[in-house]
Amino acid sequence: MNETAAIELKNVSKRFGSIQANDHVSLTLRKGEILSILGENGSGKTTLMNMLSGIYFPDEGEIFVNGKEVTIRSPKDSHALGIGMIHQHFKLIPILTAAQNIILGLPGPQRLDMKKIDANINALTKKYGFEMDPEQRIYDMSVSQKQTVEIVKVLYRGADILILDEPTAVLTPQETERLFDVLRNMKSAGKSIIIITHKLNEVMEISDRVAVLRKGKYIATVDTKDTDEMKLTEMMVGEKISLDIDRIPPVDPEKRIDVQHLTVRNHEGVYALQDVSFTANSGEILGVAGISGSGQKELLESIAGLQRIESGKIYYTPKDGKTVALDTMRARQIYALNIHLSFVPEDRLGMGLVGTMDITDNMMLRSYKNGNGPLTDRKAPRELAERVVDKLEVNTPGITTPIRNLSGGNVQKVLVGREIASSPAVLMMAYPVRGLDINSSFLIYHLLGEQKKRGCCVICVGEDLDVLLQLCDRILVLSEGTVAGVVDARTTTKETLGAMMTSGKHVQEGRKADV
Amino acid sequence: MSEAGEKQQKTKTTIHLIRRAKVTRLYAWLIRLAAAFLGLLVCGIVIYGITGENPIDVFGGIFLGTFGSSRRLWVTVRETVTLLVIAVGLIPAFKMRFWNLGAEGQILVGGAVTAAVMIYLGPLLQDWLLWILAFVGAMIAGAVWGFIPAYFKAKFGTNESLFTLMMNYVAMQIVTFCVVLWENPKGSNHVGVINQGTKEGWLPSILGQEYLIDVILAAAVTAFVFWYLGRTKQGYELSVVGGSTNTARYAGISVGRVIVRTVVISGAICGLAGCMIVAGASHTISTSTGGGRGFTAIIVAWMSQFNPWAMALVSGFLCFMQQGSVQIASSYGLNENASDIITGILLFFLIGCEFFVRYRLEVTKVPIEEEGENR
Repeated sequence: MNETAAIELKNVSKRFGSIQANDHVSLTLRKGEILSILGENGSGKTTLMNMLSGIYFPDEGEIFVNGKEVTIRSPKDSHALGIGMIHQHFKLIPILTAAQNIILGLPGPQRLDMKKIDANINALTKKYGFEMDPEQRIYDMSVSQKQTVEIVKVLYRGADILILDEPTAVLTPQETERLFDVLRNMKSAGKSIIIITHKLNEVMEISDRVAVLRKGKYIATVDTKDTDEMKLTEMMVGEKISLDIDRIPPVDPEKRIDVQHLTVRNHEGVYALQDVSFTANSGEILGVAGISGSGQKELLESIAGLQRIESGKIYYTPKDGKTVALDTMRARQIYALNIHLSFVPEDRLGMGLVGTMDITDNMMLRSYKNGNGPLTDRKAPRELAERVVDKLEVNTPGITTPIRNLSGGNVQKVLVGREIASSPAVLMMAYPVRGLDINSSFLIYHLLGEQKKRGCCVICVGEDLDVLLQLCDRILVLSEGTVAGVVDARTTTKETLGAMMTSGKHVQEGRKADV
Repeated sequence: MSEAGEKQQKTKTTIHLIRRAKVTRLYAWLIRLAAAFLGLLVCGIVIYGITGENPIDVFGGIFLGTFGSSRRLWVTVRETVTLLVIAVGLIPAFKMRFWNLGAEGQILVGGAVTAAVMIYLGPLLQDWLLWILAFVGAMIAGAVWGFIPAYFKAKFGTNESLFTLMMNYVAMQIVTFCVVLWENPKGSNHVGVINQGTKEGWLPSILGQEYLIDVILAAAVTAFVFWYLGRTKQGYELSVVGGSTNTARYAGISVGRVIVRTVVISGAICGLAGCMIVAGASHTISTSTGGGRGFTAIIVAWMSQFNPWAMALVSGFLCFMQQGSVQIASSYGLNENASDIITGILLFFLIGCEFFVRYRLEVTKVPIEEEGENR
């Protein structure tokens, strides 16, 4: 029965509201192979795997495990079928030991024989070449050790099919190597493995075959030995789509934001940005491209005065005015400068807006201090709310509706509407169209274009390279917190951008733009 | 379920929680009314089961205890507005998602300062000056009791619930110390009624009503707090901090400063309530001056979902039950705790029904897969 596939998906679809996360996806995982699932952000990789692990239930389509049609209703069903998923965000209890986490939820006798359990776990880790102490507590562990516990946990439950969701995103290169050794050991022991990633070099290194998803659709599965990174990129990003964005050449660009040798560490003390330097000009859109988590968030927040900066300088030069250093200022002080630095953060409800408040109250978030006296003026914000709802076609029962009741796209319109209402000199946007449907996306692109025409300095972090190439004038490519290069969006190809994002080096094909 | 179901597919019953899409106000109140009715029914069964008394008589006794005489009515009103002031005081902190469990301590320190003013300055100063000193002193004391946990929360991110809770014990020990210091007569371990003969520092009767001043104070404080929250920049800031501290930072709000400022206001109002209790009602001080109101007020604030009218209603209900308990204790020879049981049952139903206002349960039958049968 070696012919039967470990997992076979037939025409599996899943929708979330207006978003088609998976559109009739069919793919096969053979027994004893490592299959990579490759795709851009939002291409539906994780959704697809969550249906296998019982977190989501498919809207349509069939799933076969070991040749038998199954219905996976819950993670329990998934375990029973021998499927184990290692999620991107670990699901471990910090105060328990590794062994306690591993046996959690398993049936067992009233009195546990932890010695025996430890021995079993040690036998398992030895077999596959893990390094793990069953008695160590989770809170004492590094990220890579926690991941090991997650993997051992599913193996201990007897999983034959392992799904790893971007396992290397949190690992150092050395740790990645070790993980790959373990994966190879598991493969030779007959386990079937799916690994989700968007790092091409890893795909080439570890997998037997590669399945590519694009925008929720299944593209193809190819043997790794018959392909190369260039071909995979093409499959992943697909044909050029024309957005028909009216892109005018920048008019009288002047330096607005000048970032010099910016270095930032995140909460864990890891470098989020290292020695980043670039300039952003008025009247142009500077795109920021990079694999997610390459320092985009920290970059924008540093300029907005919301990040603790380790070293480096950020200068702002107003139109006919004196240059000021922003790097030592907090958001409050930058606002007080009255330079109209607008920022649409990635986490809309977590940072840009207050979900429990209505549209009017959210409109005054940036301006509530205006006017003298201790009282707030709600008249102007109410008028602005009405204008934004009207102009940006926000779909809401009224301006007194708490915005957490609005859909993601409408929330974004409210946020963008507020941020451009102040006629900003600098407008920073993180993933402006994430979660938005086509029409809303175009509305946002159009607004960005308008701001540029007005002479605003627009910085736009994006994930869709097609869009960035057609929308922006220049693109800053980040790779693991460093600048891979700044390219001219009119002459660069998507493949070049992709290669720069993964390699961290400026690639020859792209002509270097003036920095 | 079905033994003849070899061909019939087996099913299992699962219960889902489903969020109600839209709840009209009428429907919500109908649910609450039904909950109150069910609660009373269960109370009746419990009363009959324990005492064998006719539950309706017992309920009647509660009514009599509250509304039986003008004096009883005014005591209920006094208790209601005192509770209302404390609940209103908690609201700015709660709206900021700062879980102030320290109202009890803030009341105690406010009460202790008031007692000190009455004892030490009573013979020296005019009454109006005493009132002002007592108000200001009690509010400062309550504010300090709020400031300490707020400062640590803002600076070091300490857990405010534990901190404010612990502050209650500190306040209690301070009051214990004061009781020993001020005990009258000596050796009684009680402060006794302060300035009993002269009534120095006692809050005044207005229009011949001893407790009308409490009603006026409560109305003023409630109006102030809701104006502060709804109309002022500071009120807006604390709502943003409560919504998301990240958003607050993004908007250029100094989160720490807002936390400290808000909790100081919250504590000051609770301190004022302590003054109302000592100078206006009991005219004495003991560790039970707070009487658990600092915690009951939390229930009031939450049950009324921060609506001032609902808060007055809930405070009234709780005090009504409390006053009624005294009555039924004496006339039926029941323990006073009997009323606590009734209150508890009613609260259980009233708070619990909010869940059903928001969600409904749906029972569905899901087919069980074939493998289950084969096994």
